[in-house]
Amino acid sequence: MSTEITGASSLVKSLEAAGVDVMFGIPGGAILPAYDPIYDSKIRHILVRHEQGAGHAATGYAQATGRTGVCIATSGPGATNLVTPLADAQMDSVPLVAITGQVPSAAIGTDAFQEADIRGVTMPITKHNYLITDPADIPRAIAEAFHIANTGRPGPVLVDIAKDALQKMTNFKYPKNIQLAGYKPQLKPNDQAIRDAAALIAQSSKPVLYVGGGIIKANASKELLRLAELIGAPVVTTLMARGAFPDSHALHLGMPGMHGTVAAVTALQKSDLLITLGARFDDRVTGKLSTFAVHAKVIHADIDPAEIGKNRFADVAVIGDLAQTITALIPAVQAEFKKSRPDLTPWLRQMNSLKATYPLGYNHPEDGSVSPQYVIERLGAIAGPDSIYVAGVGQHQMWASQFVKYEKPRTWLNSGGLGTMGYAVPAAMGAKVGMPDTTVWAIDGDGCFQMTNQELVTCALNNIPIKVAIINNESLGMVRQWQTMFYESRYSNTSLDSKRIPDFVKLADAMGCVGLRCDRTEDVDSVIHEAMSINDQPVVVDFSVFRDAMVWPMVAAGASNDDIMIARGLAPDWDSQEL
Amino acid sequence: MSQHTLAVLVENSPGVLARVASLFSRRAYNIDSLAVGPTENPDISRMTIVLNLDGHVLDQVMAQLYKLVNVIAISEMPLASTVHRELLLVKVSDKKSSDIHAVVEKFHATIVDETEGVITVEATGETSHIAKLLAALTPFGIKELVQSGLVALERGSAALSDRTLSAQGISTLHELGTQADYQN
Repeated sequence: MSTEITGASSLVKSLEAAGVDVMFGIPGGAILPAYDPIYDSKIRHILVRHEQGAGHAATGYAQATGRTGVCIATSGPGATNLVTPLADAQMDSVPLVAITGQVPSAAIGTDAFQEADIRGVTMPITKHNYLITDPADIPRAIAEAFHIANTGRPGPVLVDIAKDALQKMTNFKYPKNIQLAGYKPQLKPNDQAIRDAAALIAQSSKPVLYVGGGIIKANASKELLRLAELIGAPVVTTLMARGAFPDSHALHLGMPGMHGTVAAVTALQKSDLLITLGARFDDRVTGKLSTFAVHAKVIHADIDPAEIGKNRFADVAVIGDLAQTITALIPAVQAEFKKSRPDLTPWLRQMNSLKATYPLGYNHPEDGSVSPQYVIERLGAIAGPDSIYVAGVGQHQMWASQFVKYEKPRTWLNSGGLGTMGYAVPAAMGAKVGMPDTTVWAIDGDGCFQMTNQELVTCALNNIPIKVAIINNESLGMVRQWQTMFYESRYSNTSLDSKRIPDFVKLADAMGCVGLRCDRTEDVDSVIHEAMSINDQPVVVDFSVFRDAMVWPMVAAGASNDDIMIARGLAPDWDSQEL
Repeated sequence: MSQHTLAVLVENSPGVLARVASLFSRRAYNIDSLAVGPTENPDISRMTIVLNLDGHVLDQVMAQLYKLVNVIAISEMPLASTVHRELLLVKVSDKKSSDIHAVVEKFHATIVDETEGVITVEATGETSHIAKLLAALTPFGIKELVQSGLVALERGSAALSDRTLSAQGISTLHELGTQADYQN
């Protein structure tokens, strides 16, 4: 006869049974019963300053470690503050479990104090969600939530628990096996699909490995490297896949898409076969879809069958875990190559010529101010490929994806799908909690930073010494760039004046961090080294940079990838390229 | 664009209709009709959804539906191999009562109520049958009508619920047609 415990205790024991070591959250009325057993639990609870911070921290933790991130909040506003991180995690396939308190079950539907139908609100932005009103259901719901969040295509799961279910007594029994009638991800790829894919690869003279974030979720970087070297095909890594394949590798052409390299964008456009691995033909990669890679056949390997044919027809679809898929594909390709093997030399020569002719680059500003690209490039060079880099959203994010050189998976975290400004500081916090011995740099914009910097207080108080580089161009820089290009430089509401107010150094100091400032090119290295030397406190560096720097190359929104520009009004010199 | 009928087995759990409706809404799929009801298994409900869309979009709709954790099995219900039925209840003015009775008889419909100058007719049948009946009744003056969504069942011994027992994910994906020919 087991002893009855409260639903709240059952929740905490369930989280412990699920292997949770840390969660990020804020208590409040409806979730308060759960916070009493949390007080005694071995699970580390990090008290954040805003629930959005809890959600992004859980995301950063998950993206850095591969484990499921956990956040916890109360009903009503606590829960609705998690909406943005949940939508973010859904778009970027991040395994997350969010626990929210709900008003007592008798009060549900009465517009009670701090009541919000968070299950209804988050239905379209979670992989699945629950509303629990019976304490006996808590262990099963938690076990299912972790199972769903971190299997198949990962994603966020919300478990909303009524306050009375937390207070009532119940028996705790954590389920050993999870059987869900409607949820059985297919992990093993189909043999025929693998053979068909291998046959297409053996016929292709212009193949490209189009690599997406799924490779990182599947921990399939090693397998990817073997496949790429076997085929000898060029590789492009999307924004979500930076680090999945070493930037230093000769076959790597860089990132495709709106701000991709000329070589990566052109490789996709001119290819006769896209070997698509865990990528989803996002509009930021394809540009105008009808003109995207028009000569290419498509192999589409993904764990999510709903991605097949969503945006682009797949000639061969391979549903399954990417590590298993590539492992099966390698011997199949070897067998095909024994029969015949196309000569990729001309194709590689063309792509290498583009890569050499159009490297990523930037000019130092004529007015002597600091180039933002230079700051980010130096940061990457000094902190090196073993550090984790976490970006916000905007120009600094694109430069961080371009000018930091990534060699390893899970060293580049960003909000790719949703494009959530304010992601960087809390996500860096979560990454540092998950990887405490790794240097974690948030590369943030002055606009983004002002959305979520309160979590630096959390970092300072909880011994989470992240480093933040504010790329301060006193503007909403990416929006300003679009205004420059498409709105006749009419800068409506994009000027933040953040070189005057706030004083980021004083703000950092007030939040218990070390604040540093850098506004001269010659000081960039020494300031980065100084920040690198401080490991017992969070550090914030305010890099005052050139305001009018732009992100290049660029394919304008809705334009064809064929119309890539390498600078304002300047297209690559296609005539000089043998394509 | 063409009409497609999907039978969807879902867990009989709170919010499942909202999940399906939310999916159709956010992905901009238009539903012509939707009918939900209990099945032989009290834990499972069955939805019949009629959609107007292109074939390749149908694959996408089915794949997206299948991603909902509460969705257990999906199958397209082509007219040729399934029985399709709708229910109609319609109130008609009884000024020409004998003519109405003749129409009702011709269409194998039933009169379920005759009160205060109004005849209420009940009919079941395929969509086209119901449409023809309605056209025949319209001249008499339709006061009010209500129609159920379409429901459909496969002819023969095959049952969608068989697929809920084992590996239904795989057999369901077989239904996805060309794009998913590679399912195990």
